[in-house]
Amino acid sequence: MDFTLSKKHEMARTLFREFAEKEVKPLAQEVDETEEFPRATVEKMAKAGFMGIPIPKEYGGQGCDNLTYAMCVEELAKVCGTTAVIVSAHTSLCCDPILTYGTEEQKQKYLPDLASGRKIGAFGLTEPGAGTDAQGQQTKAVLEGDEWVINGSKIFITNGKEADVYVIFAVTGMIEKRGKMIKEISSFIVEKGTPGFTFGTKEKKMGIRGSSTYELIFTDCRVPKENMLGQQGKGFNIAMHTLDGGRIGIAAQALGIGEGALDRTIAYTQERKQFGRSISAFQNTQFQLADMATKAQAAQFLVYRAACTKDQYVKDHKTSYSVEAAMAKLYAAEMAMEVTTKAVQLHGGYGYTREYDVERMMRDAKITEIYEGTSEVQRMVISSALLK
Amino acid sequence: MKIVVCIKQVPDTKGGVKFNPDGTLDRAAMMTIMNPDDKAGLEAALRLKDQDPQNTEVTVLTMGLPKAEDVLREALAMGADKGVLVTDRVLGGADTWATSQTLAGALRNMDYDLIITGRQAIDGDTAQVGPQISEHLNIPVISYAQNLKVEGDSVIVERQFDDRYHVLKAKMPCLVTALAELNDPRYMTPGGIFDACEAEITVWGRADLKDVEDSNLGLKGSPTQIARASDKVRKGAGEKVSLDPTEAVDYIVGKLKEKHVI
Repeated sequence: MDFTLSKKHEMARTLFREFAEKEVKPLAQEVDETEEFPRATVEKMAKAGFMGIPIPKEYGGQGCDNLTYAMCVEELAKVCGTTAVIVSAHTSLCCDPILTYGTEEQKQKYLPDLASGRKIGAFGLTEPGAGTDAQGQQTKAVLEGDEWVINGSKIFITNGKEADVYVIFAVTGMIEKRGKMIKEISSFIVEKGTPGFTFGTKEKKMGIRGSSTYELIFTDCRVPKENMLGQQGKGFNIAMHTLDGGRIGIAAQALGIGEGALDRTIAYTQERKQFGRSISAFQNTQFQLADMATKAQAAQFLVYRAACTKDQYVKDHKTSYSVEAAMAKLYAAEMAMEVTTKAVQLHGGYGYTREYDVERMMRDAKITEIYEGTSEVQRMVISSALLK
Repeated sequence: MKIVVCIKQVPDTKGGVKFNPDGTLDRAAMMTIMNPDDKAGLEAALRLKDQDPQNTEVTVLTMGLPKAEDVLREALAMGADKGVLVTDRVLGGADTWATSQTLAGALRNMDYDLIITGRQAIDGDTAQVGPQISEHLNIPVISYAQNLKVEGDSVIVERQFDDRYHVLKAKMPCLVTALAELNDPRYMTPGGIFDACEAEITVWGRADLKDVEDSNLGLKGSPTQIARASDKVRKGAGEKVSLDPTEAVDYIVGKLKEKHVI
């Protein structure tokens, strides 16, 4: 077992860190304050190849692995949780299902624009009555001639109004499973500008405030028959498998937020003086920092292992990474919440002000315990694998 | 068009500077980066390649320790096509003269229309290597380029000069030294990094250098003697005085005389 990164991964980390420090960090506070989508940063990331890291070169991507992708999200999240989730949702939730389940025509049509960042991707599964209970979908798609007619709405959609290509899910019928009638769910690729596809309200959020979180509304929205992604009725499996991958991205985001808060706290506690010495000289501070660093390191190992396990799946199409992704997301998200909370505490009153990054990071951390499967869902995934 | 960009791995000034007992830099012990002026020169070459990718080849050339290969891979990850590393124990301790002789010896083996070097390296600040290479190769040089374009078989360069710039045209083959202000270099790409790490780097030693005397190489071939070397020394706060203009002139002249400056 070797815990050292390869030369190429070290170089990639250097690149992501330099980019994050130079291009992303200076805007992080403003993005949070104004709640504006950092379009200029996304364009720079597109130019640098960050929008298609694990996508093969034949589809216009960078041809790198999922470990590199996770490291990119991690380094971005160290300075800006918003920027990190834009890349994560785009890559894991839109590019990846098209790459995994798309026909050759769909891959050729959508991936080059997505992987180059000319277009941004999003994913629409959640509905007002279908969060953790993803089977509770109300959005329907009916085949009329050569078109699917979609009616319904999706909420809390990351990259909502800014995206161009959406992978969405809808009920296409009822099927019998183990003697019970259940909803048949299918997946579709919908492009922005399709008649009948509009946007509802923008969510006002606690954290990741620059990410564009919108309701998607479908009113007699007609998409060509060939826009179905994967087989009819396989939508639920596609959604769950896509979320397994998405969890690696969110775990990397949580990891980066925690690490970023730790870095700032190490610096701050050495500068801040109380009772005539820096607060890092107090054993309470030292022990808190030790716990924070240990948990961040543990989270990093889990995230990297999950990413490497997914890379194995990419090679053999057999290896499951569901449990690894769930463990990584569960642990990294809870680490991020704990570490950022401690970071604010160690910053004292200053940490509670918006002048200091840890205040934003604590707000950003919370969502990582909720989206792309709550921590409770991750525990369900892990325990069901243990008890099967 | 064939462009060769000479680049140098230099100490990252953020990481602290370490010296060997003989006063030369202990490069093996320091964090390193691509010299900023050289990086701008590479970017200028890559922009020329962007304009005509099919007919432009960018090769990066460096002299250094085996680990200088890293800076070549960084250049490949930015978009350069080939990398050449000149490394040999006998080349160690080279000053600008021996360095330019070495690089010229390597360049004599290469095809080029345009050679780009940085103006100067942040670890030496001499600005001598580029012009010296051009002298050894007997080709024109335009230094301090703040802008660069190619027209037909010539380069047109804006050369920075005090409060103005000169516009100079030179027929290729020629050498241009680039200023960091020339452009904002692109980032490596993740895919570029993966390819660069798999790419083969050409490694040359002393025996591969063409038409260079041993007496012009390495520490022995370096006329520069380092009397003393040190890390940056913080300047003191200085002395502030508040005087009217006439008194101020007398005061300054007095100080200059005191220090035997005038």
